[in-house]
Amino acid sequence: MTVTVLTNLRIVDPSQDMDETGAIVIEDGRIAAIGASTAKSLPAGAEVRDMGGLLAMPGLVDTRVFIGEPGGEHRETIKSASRAAAAGGITSIVTMPDTDPVIDDIALVEFVKKTARDKSSIHVYPAAALTKGLAGEEMSEFGLLKKAGAVVLTQGRHAIPDSQVLRRAMTYAKHFGTVVALETRDPYLGVNGVMNEGLFASWLGLSGSPREAEIIPLERDLRIAGLTGANYHAAKISVPESVEAIKLARKRGVKVTSAVSINHLTLNENDIGEYRTFFKLSPPLRTEDDRVAMVEALAAGDIDIIVSSHDPQDVDTKRVPFADAADGAVGLETLFSAALRLYHGERVTLSRLVDALSTRPAAIFGLPAGSLKPGSVADIAFADLEMPWIATAEGLLSRSKNTPFENARFTGRIVETWVSGRQVYRLQG
Amino acid sequence: MDFFPHRHLLGIKGLQPPDIEYLLDKADEAVKISLQREKKTSTLRGLTQINLFFEASTRTQSSFELAGKRLGADVMNMSVANSSVKKGETLIDTAMTLNAMHPDVLVIRHSSAGAAALLAQKVSCAVINAGDGQHEHPTQALLDALTIRRAKGRLSGITVAICGDVLHSRVARSNIILLNAMGARVRVVAPPTLLPSGIADMSVEVFHDMEEGLKDADVVMMLRLQRERMSGSFVPSVREYYRFYGLDAEKLKAAKEDALVMHPGPMNRGVEIASEIADGPQSVIGQQVEMGVAVRMAVMEALLVSQNQGPRT
Repeated sequence: MTVTVLTNLRIVDPSQDMDETGAIVIEDGRIAAIGASTAKSLPAGAEVRDMGGLLAMPGLVDTRVFIGEPGGEHRETIKSASRAAAAGGITSIVTMPDTDPVIDDIALVEFVKKTARDKSSIHVYPAAALTKGLAGEEMSEFGLLKKAGAVVLTQGRHAIPDSQVLRRAMTYAKHFGTVVALETRDPYLGVNGVMNEGLFASWLGLSGSPREAEIIPLERDLRIAGLTGANYHAAKISVPESVEAIKLARKRGVKVTSAVSINHLTLNENDIGEYRTFFKLSPPLRTEDDRVAMVEALAAGDIDIIVSSHDPQDVDTKRVPFADAADGAVGLETLFSAALRLYHGERVTLSRLVDALSTRPAAIFGLPAGSLKPGSVADIAFADLEMPWIATAEGLLSRSKNTPFENARFTGRIVETWVSGRQVYRLQG
Repeated sequence: MDFFPHRHLLGIKGLQPPDIEYLLDKADEAVKISLQREKKTSTLRGLTQINLFFEASTRTQSSFELAGKRLGADVMNMSVANSSVKKGETLIDTAMTLNAMHPDVLVIRHSSAGAAALLAQKVSCAVINAGDGQHEHPTQALLDALTIRRAKGRLSGITVAICGDVLHSRVARSNIILLNAMGARVRVVAPPTLLPSGIADMSVEVFHDMEEGLKDADVVMMLRLQRERMSGSFVPSVREYYRFYGLDAEKLKAAKEDALVMHPGPMNRGVEIASEIADGPQSVIGQQVEMGVAVRMAVMEALLVSQNQGPRT
């Protein structure tokens, strides 16, 4: 029986309201004891390590990760994504079904799980397609998919225009208790939009997508969630009006949670500059006022969680004119460092950040993660909160290099990542 | 200013007023060349110009071709508009291929905004934007400015009403930037569906009524309305559009008596402009075409010859 004791840590664990200096005792891959009083009675024969004052938090849980496997392995594989995630302190990911073929069948869910078991150093939880082929027409086999290990139903990047289909799907999903996670985008309004509608888009000669293209279908979804009683998750909102719509729905008793991508919390439309396609996202980057409002909503807890929305794209889909480029940016490795900008610069507390990056997402999707309480699986991320570093495309472990944070200066970095009591990543140098 | 400090011409944005004046002065001189019996000079002798048109164009492409030939350059036309190859991939691939042939200037037209800028990052020669999506069409704005300056003697203080499909128009964007930089007063006149978001913050006065927008204008600049936008999608019908936004004698009366009538072409007679106006005494549409060749000669000379005489950006 191996016992590891990690001492001299600042432990932040929102699941037990903990922010204190202390130690973590790991036994058989699980947390045996944690906190300030732990170090006083070390078990005999324990392997003790002084962690030099690093931050320890429950391993991060990223619930919106796009991967190229199967079908787009040149962009990212489950293995390469897991390495990138580990380097970002992420110990659990939920993978999107937007692959080729689409993850809408139990055999494909099993494929993802098996590949992850063989090749991934972190926990990989597949999301399954809400509708077959993500076409928005026919329900997939929710019950069987859940039994096979799908943790959430989603349309990935795709919308679900038909309200009747959505109503039936949510009604059926409620029976299995599965969360339905949707990004909202009106199929007509701003359909050609490639960035946020407004003056900046007009000067660039790019078609804009108005904020209403996100808000209107979200309001519809919230009504259907109320109608059916399903657990609805707004998977990627980008404007404060969406937050307001969700707050109102909660008041009506709708079971709804929400996520915002780290990009929408730290970047705005001006970052696009002269047609920089790495900043082409869906929903599009909004104005600085929107960004600030989203940070405030996150701090207040009105937005539940942060996702990386990691979306690897190759040069063939990004080194093209802006309007022709694919949406999306990689984000696993920079998620925590970028999120620390909100702590260092914008008064979001560390406890709230860790909650939004780990404890809350685990709770929403029912994952065995997000906590360092005794008995929990020892998934831990260790960070140096003050370490300065500059992100570079070459430094990324992800197979794709489409980061919006190229040459960005960060303060704070993941130093070590442990999964089930074993170190899976350590910062070199 | 006796040199042009830019390597490419990707847009009017980024040019300073002295840069614009430099190009207009050069173009004024180039006008004379086209009036001579012997129209060929040796300014660009030995240099290679490639016209890379991903969108069909008759007048702009031939204008660039003539401009290059009159300066003595070797001109090659690559028309990829009708090829079935996917546009994004072709752009970079074609650019790299052409770059390996060592051209001295690439003239590009593409349906995507930012295409010229992307190309400029990938090639080692000068790049001229001949229209990129709904973004910019800098040589059109320059030839419009030259036409106005030659007729009115100045640009500063001139009131220009740009009328019609501003939303989709790269000509409008380049003109708004150039005319504002040179001290003109710019108005836009269009139905609200054909104006871009944020237009009121683009340093223009916005009108939805032609007669109000044209009142006391020195220049009436009409824009082309694409056929697919005429019937129901952006405006209800051709006849409704013509009734409210087509330039006819009655509406033109609101402008100054000696107001110039301009159109970048090709015109839709009976849609945005009445034939009698297009062919009438106030029309300078023919001069615009003439100035086009001169402006393109000036731009190429500025990029390929004058830029070597001073520091450049």
